[in-house]
Amino acid sequence: MISLLLIALPLLAAAAAFAWPGERTRPWFLPAAGGVHTALAFWLLANPPVLARDAWFGFDPLARAVLPMVSLLFLVCSIYGVSYLRLRSERKNRVFVTALLVMIGLLSLALQAQNLGLLWVAAEATTLVTVPLLHFNRTARAFEASWKYLLVGGTGIALSLLGSFCLGYASLHGGGNGDLAFTALVAQGASLTRPWLITAWVLLLAGYGTKMGLAPMHTWKPDAYGEAPGMVGALLAGGTTTMAFVAILRVKQVVDAAGAGDMTERTLLAFGLFSMVVAALFLLTTKDYKRMLAYSSVEHMGILAVGAALGGAGVWAALFHVWTNALTKGALFLSAGNLRRAAGAQTSDLVSGLAWRAPVSARIFVAGLFAVTACPPFGVFFSELKIILATFQMDNFFAATVFLGCLFFAFFGMGRLVFAIVDGRPRTANRPPGERIPEQPGVILPPLLFLGLSLWLGLAAPALLRAAWTAAAAQLPLPPP
Amino acid sequence: MSGAMNLLIGLAMGFSLVALASSRLPSVIRAAAFQGMILGVLPLLLEAKFHWLVVAVAIGTITVKGFVIPSLLRRALRAANIDREVEPLLGFVPSLLLGAAATVGAAALATVLPLRPEHARSLLVPGAFATVVCGFILLIARTKAISQVCGYLMLENGIYLFGLLLINSTPLLVEAGILLDLTVAVFVIGIIVDRIQREFDTLDTRKLNSLRE
Repeated sequence: MISLLLIALPLLAAAAAFAWPGERTRPWFLPAAGGVHTALAFWLLANPPVLARDAWFGFDPLARAVLPMVSLLFLVCSIYGVSYLRLRSERKNRVFVTALLVMIGLLSLALQAQNLGLLWVAAEATTLVTVPLLHFNRTARAFEASWKYLLVGGTGIALSLLGSFCLGYASLHGGGNGDLAFTALVAQGASLTRPWLITAWVLLLAGYGTKMGLAPMHTWKPDAYGEAPGMVGALLAGGTTTMAFVAILRVKQVVDAAGAGDMTERTLLAFGLFSMVVAALFLLTTKDYKRMLAYSSVEHMGILAVGAALGGAGVWAALFHVWTNALTKGALFLSAGNLRRAAGAQTSDLVSGLAWRAPVSARIFVAGLFAVTACPPFGVFFSELKIILATFQMDNFFAATVFLGCLFFAFFGMGRLVFAIVDGRPRTANRPPGERIPEQPGVILPPLLFLGLSLWLGLAAPALLRAAWTAAAAQLPLPPP
Repeated sequence: MSGAMNLLIGLAMGFSLVALASSRLPSVIRAAAFQGMILGVLPLLLEAKFHWLVVAVAIGTITVKGFVIPSLLRRALRAANIDREVEPLLGFVPSLLLGAAATVGAAALATVLPLRPEHARSLLVPGAFATVVCGFILLIARTKAISQVCGYLMLENGIYLFGLLLINSTPLLVEAGILLDLTVAVFVIGIIVDRIQREFDTLDTRKLNSLRE
């Protein structure tokens, strides 16, 4: 019942926000819905419900392990959103607020979906509802970003539908009834026809990998994250990608149950390491600090894929990393949004000395840099450490070497750019030198809160969360020794 | 029954090649529309007895793929007042040859993949894969936004064709949701095309190149 509320409540709030007449008061729907949503999600985290066997959706262990994070991410972003939309009062916010609320409702549906078809419908709808969010600034560059997002993301989502059909046919051909419910597919196990199963895995990995932003299907990401408002970037990097990762985990569970676990692990490891290498190379050269966050996201999606490929302890660490990465990225995206407004440009060619012009946001951005590049005691350090330990446990020293090398280059590349824009003589594109930007608490406290959450996860991840990750990792079968 | 079906699927595959070979946007749109209408008829042939849901799916598909989306695309074409030439990145003959090769490849792939006895003599699987690949070629080998949308439409058509294999087993809820979603996807693409036009006064996606490293 409550799992239905998680989906229905934001959708109802979206309808109400759409009908609401007051332009200035409408943004308050975001934190109101976000607050109730988070409370419900954490209540379910503490009191996991028993799932009916034939349910279309429900708060199963995997949803329990990640949905509260998405909820929390949305809540903090929505607090930021109220101040942000007040700062941007020249833009109408009806579509923006509605689309955000629909997005969190659809994400709750996708994360809880127990049926591959339903999961696909939710993922497709999430893709569509993101377009007006990317489009918020209505500049030529925002149009270009939305167009590429829709074309690349739409193709990816089309491939994942084809993959879902192939999995259905694998079941039908193997003597099943073509039911796309995950429990039915797992139960059918080895009787799924092998060639169709492999085709399905390739297509689904390519499709949901596009949504997740694994290289080489990541090309929409820098454009979208570069042009979207900061809070939308945070929700894409922490919410939509998490949805795609969970989709891949659920499909992997089916393919593993059918006895093709070796293949899923090899392909995920290859995609993961390749994403990390590509991201590290681009991080060394990019001059745009918002696009930098996109490449950092590609890198962390690679880390998640590597974790998932390692099975058992690796999956546990990957779920931990889903939390630490998304919340740390939240701090980075929101402070980057503040810096973008203060500077009027987003490349190191045009901007420097932001530590003077927007001191608090710049400090948060620097702290976020250290947090996301895995400096202790932030959460990312511990989750990445667990993944590296898992590679050693599997005696995969090649993966460990590439992993550590990419982390080093990513740190180097990001550090270079962040200090280039933060240090130096104040220089911006849009304001006379010597003018300081007032930084309201409404846009400062949310990224600080994210940094605090990242620290909290690193220093004292609560036992309840650890138990949730353990339960979810146990749901996925362990790799053969 | 299966003879008539194979004929129609063959026709649909032919329209993919027509779209690849067309040098004018209206004929690309027309090819995609005809292909969509043919696909709409197929569920009626597939079912032995007339079930009202199947009829509804067929009518919905024909209306949307055959009329609604093409008219949206034509409207975008008129509103943008653009030159109707296609401007390929890859020439017509090479793309046609690629499309033909893809069709042969799809037929070869379909013989490798095991099929249920009732599908063994049907062109559904090769038709689906060939249409998907032709859609892909159209998507990446053309520069104008409208022809890219047509490519996406053909990609969708191929997937729909494949979905027919499962029409008896997947609940129609999923089928209907899929149809709705894909329609809205193209609808939104259409709106964006409109916006791009206003911003750039052209539908040439080669001009969309300010975001790069």
